[in-house]
Amino acid sequence: MSSAAFVFIAILTLAAALAAATLQKLMHATLSFAVALVGVAALFFLLSAEFVGLALVFVYIGAVAVLIVFTILLTRRDVRKDRGANWGGALLAGAVFGGLTWAIVKTQSVAIVAPHIPALTVKRIGEALMTSYVWPLQCVGLLLTAALIGALVLVMEEKQ
Amino acid sequence: MINQSIDGFLHPDVSKSVDQIFVNAKQWLLWLLSWLTDAPGWVVQVASSLINIFALLFVFLTLFALMSVLERKILGRIQNRYGPNRVGPFGLLQPVADGIKMLIKEDIVPARADKLVHFLAPILIAAAAILALGVIPYGRNMTPFTIDGGILFFFAVGSTAELAVFMAGWGSNNKFSMLGAMRAIAQMISYELPLIITVLPAVMVVGSLIPDRIVAAQAGYTFGVVPRWFVFTPWGATAFILFFVSGLVESNRTPFDVPEGESEIVAGHMTEYSGFKYATFFMAEYIGMFAITGLAATLFLGGWHSPLSALEFIPSYVWFFAKLSALLFVYIWLRGTLPRTRIDQIMNFAWKFMLPMSFTCVIAAAVWHYAGRGLRGWLWSFVVVATVYTALSMLLDTQRRFAPRIYRFAE
Repeated sequence: MSSAAFVFIAILTLAAALAAATLQKLMHATLSFAVALVGVAALFFLLSAEFVGLALVFVYIGAVAVLIVFTILLTRRDVRKDRGANWGGALLAGAVFGGLTWAIVKTQSVAIVAPHIPALTVKRIGEALMTSYVWPLQCVGLLLTAALIGALVLVMEEKQ
Repeated sequence: MINQSIDGFLHPDVSKSVDQIFVNAKQWLLWLLSWLTDAPGWVVQVASSLINIFALLFVFLTLFALMSVLERKILGRIQNRYGPNRVGPFGLLQPVADGIKMLIKEDIVPARADKLVHFLAPILIAAAAILALGVIPYGRNMTPFTIDGGILFFFAVGSTAELAVFMAGWGSNNKFSMLGAMRAIAQMISYELPLIITVLPAVMVVGSLIPDRIVAAQAGYTFGVVPRWFVFTPWGATAFILFFVSGLVESNRTPFDVPEGESEIVAGHMTEYSGFKYATFFMAEYIGMFAITGLAATLFLGGWHSPLSALEFIPSYVWFFAKLSALLFVYIWLRGTLPRTRIDQIMNFAWKFMLPMSFTCVIAAAVWHYAGRGLRGWLWSFVVVATVYTALSMLLDTQRRFAPRIYRFAE
């Protein structure tokens, strides 16, 4: 049951990712990118890591996809120009894929029995974030606030 | 699953038959299924989910039909006219007539539209709205599905509606549609922030993201009279009002309906939709409204708890839907009363007033918690809210210094 679901979700995610990389219209590519992200979130749900899946949907579909869409709309016309195949990128992707496959095949850890971990609840994630990982969290928050203020400053200068 | 209650907060008198009539009916149906057909466990589980889904759809589509006619009746009453009164008694069958009309209308797709995106947008927006209904507890043991992080689920699903609105606007290949979608997304993103931040105090105080737990935390009565709903605390009352206003914006209702302002941009992102697709958008708007008011009732108005301990014999779902209807009436009332705001007013209000106030709610809830959750906590958190509100009002006061309105695109 679960493995069938995995195969289904994986095919959907990969197909959407492929579509995102190859589709001619940028807007279609963005929408398939969103579908691919839903697929990844579904995988997290399958692993019963609901919080991560929901956060992924929340941040990537609700914010990042909309941001990309806005960026495309505000910056360029949708030119339908046939760009030649990017061989350098293909080479790089192939190399990464080969390296990862080699590492996965070579690794021994598949045989290790997973240790028993209590179910990951939102409460535990929250406790971890607020106790042991509070400094990284604060740093990220500071960085994002700085980015926000930076964006505001950019806009304000443009106005004058 | 309706019967899947989380351990520890089952009410002692769950066996009350009227209160649990739907839960028991569902159990009985499932038992009948497994007894008659000898179906394996997973079939019963799928059937259980399907029963939940169909019950949800049935209830809320009926409510949608009822709401569409009641809204027109109430608006008519407010504007001193009759409203629909031709079809059936008091015009109550009007939604049936409307539904038939919408079904047999021609479905027009613009020639230059992006067919697939144009087609998918109404489906996605309706799906997002309906999914969000799933996590709300409608009565004792009556949550369609319980997941760890139900509140987050609600907002995660709700945030996909923005993409759907954008798809509608872009896929229609029409300038009015695009402008409407841009307006809609701009105000939805701006108000999503106060919407989510005002949920935080309730989540913080309860210590859980599960709506059932939040409802359970509001059980009981102070001094045996005042229910322990969060709306009766200073932070809760503030958060409730802010949440309600943000919900009004999120569902694109008057006075915040600039995305579909008829006098400016036809119907916004719905301009190029006709027939049943238009009806789907309309339905999604109403379902989204039910979802957001349902969440408001769950978070701040005690969910399905009754306001008086003497009235606890009335079934829990009746109380929930009574609260929902009361909130929906306020929606209609506001629509009949207030004129449409300008987009810059909406934005200024969001960033200069709503956002600081919602942060204040979080702080006030923390103060309430650390001052002992009693009368002292009540007073201290009231002081926090009142201070920030007064300071903000003085800061944002524009009574004597209105800036001249600058027209950038029209002179």
